[in-house]
Amino acid sequence: MSTPLTFQTLSGIADQLASGALTSVQLTQAVIDQTAAVESRVNALLSHDAADALAHAQASDERRAAGKPLGPLDGIPIALKDVIAVRDQPLTAGSKMLEKFVSPYDATVTIKLKEAGVVLWGRANCDEFAMGSSTENSAFKTTANPYDLARVPGGSSGGSAAALAAGEAIATLGSDTGGSIRQPAAFCNVVGLKPTYGLISRYGLAAYASSLDQIGPFTRTVEDAAIVLGAIAGHDHRDSTSFKTPIPDYRAALQEKKGPWKLGIPKEYFGEGLDPEVGAAIEKAIEFYRQAGCEIKEVSLPHTEYCLSTYYIIATAEASSNLARYDGVRYTHRSPDAKNIEDVYFKSRSEGFGDEVKRRIILGTYVLSSGYYDAYYLRAQKVRTLIRQDFLKAYEEVDAILTPTTPTPAFKIGETTDPLSMYLQDIYTVGVNLAGLPGISVPAGFTDEGLPIGMQLIGQPYQESDLLAIAHTYDSAHDWSGRLPEL
Amino acid sequence: MFQYAGYSLLATHYSLLKIMNYEAVIGLEVHVQVKTASKIFTRVGQGYGHEENTLTDPVVLALPGALPVMNKAALDAIIKSGLMLHCEIADVCKWDRKNYFYPDSPKNYQITQFDQPICIGGEVEIELPGEARNVMGEHKKIPLTRIHQEEDVGKLTHFAHDSLVDYNRAGTPLMEIVSDPAIASAEEAYAFLTTLRTTMVYAGISDCDMEKGQMRCDANISIRPVGQEELGVKVELKNLNSISYVRDGISHEIKRQKAVLKAGGTIVQETRDFDGITGTSQSLRTKEDAHDYRYFPDPDLMPVRVDQAWKDRLAAECPERPFDKQRRFMAAYDLPYTITSVLVPDRELSDWFEATVAIAGKPQAQAVGNWIANDLLRDLGAANVSLADAKITPAHLAELVGLIEAGTITKQIAREVFTESFGSGETPSAVVERKGLKDDTNSDELEQWCRDAIAGNDKAREQFLGGKDGAINAMKGPVMKASRGKANPKLVDETLRRLLAE
Repeated sequence: MSTPLTFQTLSGIADQLASGALTSVQLTQAVIDQTAAVESRVNALLSHDAADALAHAQASDERRAAGKPLGPLDGIPIALKDVIAVRDQPLTAGSKMLEKFVSPYDATVTIKLKEAGVVLWGRANCDEFAMGSSTENSAFKTTANPYDLARVPGGSSGGSAAALAAGEAIATLGSDTGGSIRQPAAFCNVVGLKPTYGLISRYGLAAYASSLDQIGPFTRTVEDAAIVLGAIAGHDHRDSTSFKTPIPDYRAALQEKKGPWKLGIPKEYFGEGLDPEVGAAIEKAIEFYRQAGCEIKEVSLPHTEYCLSTYYIIATAEASSNLARYDGVRYTHRSPDAKNIEDVYFKSRSEGFGDEVKRRIILGTYVLSSGYYDAYYLRAQKVRTLIRQDFLKAYEEVDAILTPTTPTPAFKIGETTDPLSMYLQDIYTVGVNLAGLPGISVPAGFTDEGLPIGMQLIGQPYQESDLLAIAHTYDSAHDWSGRLPEL
Repeated sequence: MFQYAGYSLLATHYSLLKIMNYEAVIGLEVHVQVKTASKIFTRVGQGYGHEENTLTDPVVLALPGALPVMNKAALDAIIKSGLMLHCEIADVCKWDRKNYFYPDSPKNYQITQFDQPICIGGEVEIELPGEARNVMGEHKKIPLTRIHQEEDVGKLTHFAHDSLVDYNRAGTPLMEIVSDPAIASAEEAYAFLTTLRTTMVYAGISDCDMEKGQMRCDANISIRPVGQEELGVKVELKNLNSISYVRDGISHEIKRQKAVLKAGGTIVQETRDFDGITGTSQSLRTKEDAHDYRYFPDPDLMPVRVDQAWKDRLAAECPERPFDKQRRFMAAYDLPYTITSVLVPDRELSDWFEATVAIAGKPQAQAVGNWIANDLLRDLGAANVSLADAKITPAHLAELVGLIEAGTITKQIAREVFTESFGSGETPSAVVERKGLKDDTNSDELEQWCRDAIAGNDKAREQFLGGKDGAINAMKGPVMKASRGKANPKLVDETLRRLLAE
């Protein structure tokens, strides 16, 4: 039985569009139909506009008919996490605070996707302001994992991962501050790429933690990730943290770069808390690379144990300041009970923000306070430098680092109520953000219960070509993503 | 016993007198808006007097996802200011967030510089009032602590039940110039701001119009007994909306503090609001209300390295400092202080002066200076025309001065010619030609007029011959009248003296 259209790879679909075997309208209609069929159970999207999508699909088909397609993404429906601005579309960030906000401008990635002819489809659910690891912190709905509807899709980009896994889009974009692309990708059996900090413009991404946030794609294969990355990467004059670096043809590099590579296995990532089934799947992946002629070396990242604390100081400090703009004065929720300016602030923010966001704002405010700044924020910045140095030192010996993406497979909705246990979800992913490195999660098998397992590969700064080639070697030799959810 | 008591009384009296003698210590924090085409972190234009909330975009309004990008022109301007004011320029600049909630601040944090200002140290040369208008006053150098860069906030307007906010001003590039607590009087503060304004206008950095909020000043004021090292408790004075209000506000605050201490009270550390119209101040807040601004480096802005080539390029663009120019004008052109103090504060005017002298020749510098300070400024004022729009040019004035020097026209006629050239842009020679103003008196005619003048002024003649030299002037009048003002005064003087000596 052939794979249903909306579960096929982006590259395969692009070929069909190019050959004329498929039109964008047909494809988009299939996505709309699949969404209508499963969305009530998956709850991956916060909003979508079928008429708008079909109009853009029609325009794409006309371009193609006129012999002027805009590239491999022309006519492909892609859903964006609801933290990325699209002109005239809602931008809620999963928060009651922005429930009625419609963005008057496009994010830079949005402009780039539009220029590539993409059919923008749907706003994907997420944890409020990208804070969370399960998408349970969304103010609007709880997204289910397509592989087990009783379980979470991961987070914070859970809607993006679940929408793709459920065939509600051909690719999606998410954002990753501490693992928010890679962890849901692992939970939902899709590829999730967090590029090097600075490779993709953050302009138009509702900020959670500015020095850690990075936009990235969810796709079915590594090859598809290379195609989407090529379309959205590059320096942007509107983001002074974006880096001026040439953007190679990532897809072509998959064919050119064949290895063999030296892969580092950090011992600190295989200790206590790692689920045995996840551990076994990763061991098999390591064995695959060994068989493929790669050199496998144990490396040490000695400051790993400080990653989580460092992350939660820096991320919350930045968040406490970044979220100050949501104040009830201009475009946000304003408490109807506000009688004066203090009320506007206190009541609007008390009503508009959820518990996790409040928790992080309070934590961040605390670590920046006079008298605590040196002990927390300043020290965390120093440790952050050490964490980055750990990785750079390891890269003197190896080309990339291989780890599990998460310590466990997807957990049950409502199961993890203690914030600290939830924070442990990010234990293998936050270091990558702190060090500003690229990381990718690739499907690496299933547990006996049928829950997806993800392998994380961590690359060197701005060497996405190498990272994708290494990941592609494994991904193209396996077909984990071909195992579709039973919906 | 009595003597002892007497001594003690004297001693007490003496120490009281000593305590009564206070000196003021003042530090100024001056915000100056930088005149760039666009705002500090985005391409939206900036300016004064636009329709409310039209100078906005996602960055100015702090919409979700908007990011700041540094305006290089704003950075250039502050570095230039630092160079003009002898500051050390940091090699690396970074920016910090100052966190506080207020509706005029769209992000609820202000991007500023906390611990690493771009400009470190520096000084502002000031001139205190001289003993008379034509006497140069004492010059002093007020040390600066720092100059840092930040962004302006929006403007709130309060009504009975609502407040409205206009974000046009939000994101205008600002510099905060902080002086050391080294200003001793209200007059010095006044002079400090005057120099600062002249310097900023000279370098094209800001127009420093305090009415438009382009320059704003807060003053930290304390007093201490003369001779005491330790500073007194400081009071911050805000809302000083003009340079005169700064002077008045500081004077008032020094008097207030002295009165408090004399009455046996203590000065409370507080912020006070000065009302320039009533000349009174009231407390806004005390130290206990101090904010914790939770400064931290802004992760959206990368630090910027300012290399030597960059600094050199900006240094080359800096104009001569006003007081340096004044000293040069006095030395090189032998100009009197009063004329330089008219020419120098206005960069255009002083450029106009030098352009004229370049044509007329250095020996004519004084004459040129006088023409500018008296006639040009008067006519500009009367016609309400700016120098840039004036029809008269340096070439015109140089020509006019040359005509006087050559004896072609008298100074009196020259005034008429000047006014003609000023009004029409016609060259002075053309005016003289067209109106027949040339001194075409022949010597016979002149001699006859002089003889008539001597004959008709017996009293003056006798006084002159009796040794009163000034009496000759009474005889000059009728001669000038007879020549309808065209006679060369020098020649008239010579002829009269010759005839009187006969």
